[in-house]
Amino acid sequence: MSENRMSGAEIVIKALADQGVEVIFGYPGGAVLPLYDAIFKQNRVKHILVRHEQGAVHMAEGYARSTGKTGVVLVTSGPGATNAVTGLTDALMDSVPLICLTGQVPTHLIGNDAFQEADTTGITRPCTKHNYLVKDVADLPSVMHEAFYIAASGRPGPVVIDLPKDVQFAEGEYIGPEKVEQRHYQPQKTGDPQSIKEAVDLIAKAKRPIFYIGGGCINSGIASCRAVTELVKLTGYPATTTLMGLGAIPSSSPQWLGMLGMHGTYEANLAMHGCDVMIAVGARFDDRVTGRIDAFSPGSKKIHIDIDPSSINKNVAVDIPIIGDIGSVISQMLDVWKKKSPKIDGKAIENWWKQLDEWRSVDCLQYEQGSSPKDSIKPQYAIQRLYELTKDRETFITTEVGQHQMWAAQFYKFEEPNHWMTSGGLGTMGYGLPAAIGVQVAHPDKLVVDIAGEGSTMMNIQELGTMAQYNLPVKVFIINNEWLGMVRQWQELLHGGRYAESYSAGLPDFIKLAESYGMTGLRATQPDQVDSVIAQMLETPGPVIVDMVVSKEENCLPMIPGGAAHNEILLGLNEHEEQTQSEDGMVLV
Amino acid sequence: MKNNIERHVLAVLVDNEPGVLARVVGLFSGRGYNIESLTVATVSEDDSSSRINVVTSGTPMIIEQIKAQLERLVPVQEVNDLTAEGPHVEHEFILIKITNTGPERLEALRIADIFRARVVDTAVDSFVFSINGSPEKIESFLELMRNLGMVEIARSGVVAIKRGEKRIDND
Repeated sequence: MSENRMSGAEIVIKALADQGVEVIFGYPGGAVLPLYDAIFKQNRVKHILVRHEQGAVHMAEGYARSTGKTGVVLVTSGPGATNAVTGLTDALMDSVPLICLTGQVPTHLIGNDAFQEADTTGITRPCTKHNYLVKDVADLPSVMHEAFYIAASGRPGPVVIDLPKDVQFAEGEYIGPEKVEQRHYQPQKTGDPQSIKEAVDLIAKAKRPIFYIGGGCINSGIASCRAVTELVKLTGYPATTTLMGLGAIPSSSPQWLGMLGMHGTYEANLAMHGCDVMIAVGARFDDRVTGRIDAFSPGSKKIHIDIDPSSINKNVAVDIPIIGDIGSVISQMLDVWKKKSPKIDGKAIENWWKQLDEWRSVDCLQYEQGSSPKDSIKPQYAIQRLYELTKDRETFITTEVGQHQMWAAQFYKFEEPNHWMTSGGLGTMGYGLPAAIGVQVAHPDKLVVDIAGEGSTMMNIQELGTMAQYNLPVKVFIINNEWLGMVRQWQELLHGGRYAESYSAGLPDFIKLAESYGMTGLRATQPDQVDSVIAQMLETPGPVIVDMVVSKEENCLPMIPGGAAHNEILLGLNEHEEQTQSEDGMVLV
Repeated sequence: MKNNIERHVLAVLVDNEPGVLARVVGLFSGRGYNIESLTVATVSEDDSSSRINVVTSGTPMIIEQIKAQLERLVPVQEVNDLTAEGPHVEHEFILIKITNTGPERLEALRIADIFRARVVDTAVDSFVFSINGSPEKIESFLELMRNLGMVEIARSGVVAIKRGEKRIDND
């Protein structure tokens, strides 16, 4: 018998190993027992046992986003697969390359409402980049390898492979990745040279330009981020990054205006509104970024570079679309730029920077931290101190979703891509803790901090069990204001301060919770304790939960209210009191 | 901008595999696009490809989105916008049933003759006609039959192809 004959389950695990997969995140069950048996019998692929399948997917996302590799998940049929759906949708929205293997009932039972049967390919069709139901073991090797190609190429995304139990048992021939042909799915990588020339001309002639840099840049790789940084430097133009794009160019660059969008900086948003040439690089004009679409950057010519043709002209009509991989297109632009060495309008650019510096001087992120023991800790202060005390070492940050997420984006600065993991598109509460675990698995010796809110972190708190089992030294840094803060803020702003169901009652004592898992729990309640608690957290070798008890009613500012334009950005909520929210704005999320 | 709604006929060539129609239809419903009609059948000799003919409507920006979103689906080989790409022929096939008696019955038969519809079933007080042709021709036939006892319609939906030598998979 040829050595390439093996069971379907063994084919799956061998394909994973041949694709360079070192670790997978999963949870066993009846329909994946053959796969678990195959895992047991080898040691090329390591398995991390999670506590809930949603956690497994977020871990794989954290792993993927911090390494640039494809994350792999293994779950059982029925509830295993349906529990994974939130994570898959999150990965689709944020373009994270994932493979999710799901067990399925044997082929002869499909459609019979069998025990733990769900129409997995039906359910996951709209929340994956592609999915497969493998009914014949002969198709399995090519499906496995094609899935990896699809997940990671073009605009990355999650791919589900549904594996009926009889196919896992069936014997078949293994084929290596090098022998599998790709079909017609071939994303365009290099940009159209004519459009690139036009874009360079437009950029060179700009009087009030801005680079608008998104997560696509980071997905394109570190080299692409370096190329974008070089172009920004070469032109001397200002740049802003989206929530997903933080770290694509170094925050220490004087040309960086901070994050833009709903809770972006005053200077970034006004620059977007007032620019005459916008260079969108791997960004998708999301509604959090654009604000009111018909008032978005009204006077500008727009260049849009993206690998996904469907992102172009979706929300905002652009003047020069360039389809291609950011790395390739920006290198092409750099070549053209260097060959032509165009003369830019120095006078106009100088005036533009004068204006930008004026906006910067507003210091839109300012807050007041009292220093007496009676004063409460401001959440911004806690995050700022965390940044100051960790910036000199390689640190990976994940977040949950809400106010703390926006403060983390505003106050934690990134010099490198792939160090910031947050749920941007879907806004999944409960993302940060499992994502941090995935990051820690990929980088066992590095500092990984989940900047959390007490509300969000409770959504996947069961993953403390995973942290404990593998003794992963993740630091869970809870900004605890005992409110679902962003909900509370919107209720204050839009619903007359009627705080319906937004109070976090029934919280655990986080120190005792940590201790019950054999971890370290720390708490700060006064401003002068912040530094020492952070220092203690950093000194503790194992996992730590920090309960940072902060002021309860702090709002996240600046803010562009729903349905407003960039130039209607609010620096404080009081200035909004007299206005009433437009009805169009009220219905927006 | 909301007013410039255009009707477009798309010919989508796809891999003939399970779930591909669900992907296409799900894309339209999930993103709120219109489907006016849709037909699908295998068209290659080896049954490896199917052709989906879909009639949709939207603003030019939405039509561009529909095409880009369709092209993003892995089993989609290519998307052709016949409306945008030049002259093409649209054809539809329908069966209609009318029940009537006396002079109305004769009138129905006379109109069917004018439109070159065929009688494919006759009973004492009913006819089934079949007719094919452009959507405009079909519409006017239906309009006339509506007053003559039309009780049921089965329509194929539009199929379309480019005029002349041009093919969708080699231009």
